[in-house]
Amino acid sequence: MTTDDAFDLECLGICKDFGAFRAVDDVSFRIPSGTFFSILGPSGCGKTTLMRMIAGFETPTQGDILLKGRSVLSVPPNRRNVKMVFQHLALFPMMDVYENIAYGLRCAGAGKDEIAGRVADVLTRVALPDLARRQIHQLSGGQKQRIAIARCMALNPDVLLLDEPLGALDLKLREAMKIELKLLQHQFDTTFVYITHDQSEALVMSDYVAVMNAGRFEQVGRPEELYHAPKTAFVAGFVGDSNRWSGRALEVRADGIKVETEAGLTVVATAFGDGAISAGDAVEVFVRPEFIAATRPGPDAAAPGGNTHSGTVDSVLFNGANSRVLVRSPNGTMIEADVVVTGGGNDLHEGDPVRLDWPFAQTMCFAAGGA
Amino acid sequence: MTRDAKRLSLILLFAPFALWILLLIVLPHIGMVALSLREKVAPRIYEFGFGNYIDFLNEPIYWNTLLRTASMSLLVTALALLIGFPIAYYIAKIAGRRARGALFLMCLIPLWVSDLIRAFGWILLLRQTGVISSLLVWSGMTDEGIEFLYNDAAVIVGLVYTVILFMIVPLVSTLDGMGDDMIEAGYNLGGGHLTVLRRIIIPYAMPGIVAGCIVTFMLTAGSYLTPILLGGKNSSWFTEQIYNQFITRFNWESGAAFGFLLLAFTSITVWLGLRLSGQSLANTVART
Repeated sequence: MTTDDAFDLECLGICKDFGAFRAVDDVSFRIPSGTFFSILGPSGCGKTTLMRMIAGFETPTQGDILLKGRSVLSVPPNRRNVKMVFQHLALFPMMDVYENIAYGLRCAGAGKDEIAGRVADVLTRVALPDLARRQIHQLSGGQKQRIAIARCMALNPDVLLLDEPLGALDLKLREAMKIELKLLQHQFDTTFVYITHDQSEALVMSDYVAVMNAGRFEQVGRPEELYHAPKTAFVAGFVGDSNRWSGRALEVRADGIKVETEAGLTVVATAFGDGAISAGDAVEVFVRPEFIAATRPGPDAAAPGGNTHSGTVDSVLFNGANSRVLVRSPNGTMIEADVVVTGGGNDLHEGDPVRLDWPFAQTMCFAAGGA
Repeated sequence: MTRDAKRLSLILLFAPFALWILLLIVLPHIGMVALSLREKVAPRIYEFGFGNYIDFLNEPIYWNTLLRTASMSLLVTALALLIGFPIAYYIAKIAGRRARGALFLMCLIPLWVSDLIRAFGWILLLRQTGVISSLLVWSGMTDEGIEFLYNDAAVIVGLVYTVILFMIVPLVSTLDGMGDDMIEAGYNLGGGHLTVLRRIIIPYAMPGIVAGCIVTFMLTAGSYLTPILLGGKNSSWFTEQIYNQFITRFNWESGAAFGFLLLAFTSITVWLGLRLSGQSLANTVART
């Protein structure tokens, strides 16, 4: 077993069974000091169980958890230097802001003056220096969030766990808090482990993201890696939007794999992931809408190394900078493509004929059912 | 138009409540106070005065009984809280969803039986020829039966049994409102079991604790059957004193004064309890 002080948190082969159900299955990872690490997965994938094991509220069936290189399996939750921001924050309503923050310091046996100093310090760092004597119900959603973080950070934890704390906020505030959380993490320079099912939260804030599905880590990497080089079909489908088609590999060529989708669309794709694909295999193909160029049909020939299809615009989904067209190809496949809607005469409209181009390299192909 | 309709429906809804308060609570009490302020100077001749209250103060057995009733009621309340809190905590926080309903129902079952029958149940268990005493004789631990009835312990056991449900219900409802994450946060921030109980669970449950204590204290101090049946002649419960004044001595004036004193005394105790626990009546009653 190699341990190193450079890792704040290491999980080695963690498994957790609930009866016959395996909630977490052989998860291993290590988080370098001072990183923002996200665990991204759909609900029920085991991410909350994993976090509860790190915090000590559940005991792993197998495996070991190390904090700063030391195993904490035998350490009860109140002695682990891992603090947690709960989904609903769990601020104590019968105490004011000051007492909420002081609670942990009191438990640690700090003196009166030290508590006062630390509380004032941490409140300044979350930019709410005047709220010490406020009651919890008097705070706004964003303030509660920051107090919940301050309450943990006052104790100088090795790792701060955050369990989807932005879930209860409205959209505008959520966007603002994403940036704020990232800044807070920089400021405290503490390892944050952030759990979420919202891929945009994970991509925006994290240094590293682990994508979790059915109790396993599908892929761990930087947000760009997950987005542009997914290792599994699940990651390709879960992270970011994409057109997803099931089909069959017709032939494996030097420049890519020729695939016929179930609807009869023929595309050339590039193999991603570990599973080798040979002709005749069932495959899954993903193309991100921003790589598909939708233009009015013109005389210019298709670019080499690209798929070209024609179709008609079924509908225009206007959403400002993220506008999209839904294109129906002759065989009935619906293809989503990003477009710029300028409001001028060149915009695509419902019923217009349209030509779609996208490179082979951005057509991600995975062996179906494989890893 | 709609405002008038609203007002009318409010009046209609409020009327039964107002009548109830006025006819069954305010009026009888005014009558009681008026009655208690009449002094008997000669047969069938009464005068306004505080004689009945002065009698109460001059006769140690009266105010001793009141003090004894109050202190035993406080003891019963404390015991009900001590026993009821873990039960309520188990029902609200530890038991599964299905077990919770069953457990709650089991707490309610004693209420289906009348007070009187419940007290007789205890008599069957505790009397000299009762179940417990016979068992002890049968097992050879004692030579002759032991009388467990007619002492303070029997009264307290019986009263705790009668009122504990009224402690458990408000406690369960407040503890139910406390998320598990609140307790977990308490541990996560470094608190041990005792700290979490003392700084988080109990303060959170305080409105329920106070509400439960008020109800059990009032019920106990005002109870009549259980202390009489289980305590016998020695019970010296204040309600017995009131009963004697009204029925045995036919001294309604004095009985009314005693009744009013009991109300005033328990109200002051509850007020003191609220002040000491830092809760307001509105807060505790509204929360549960």
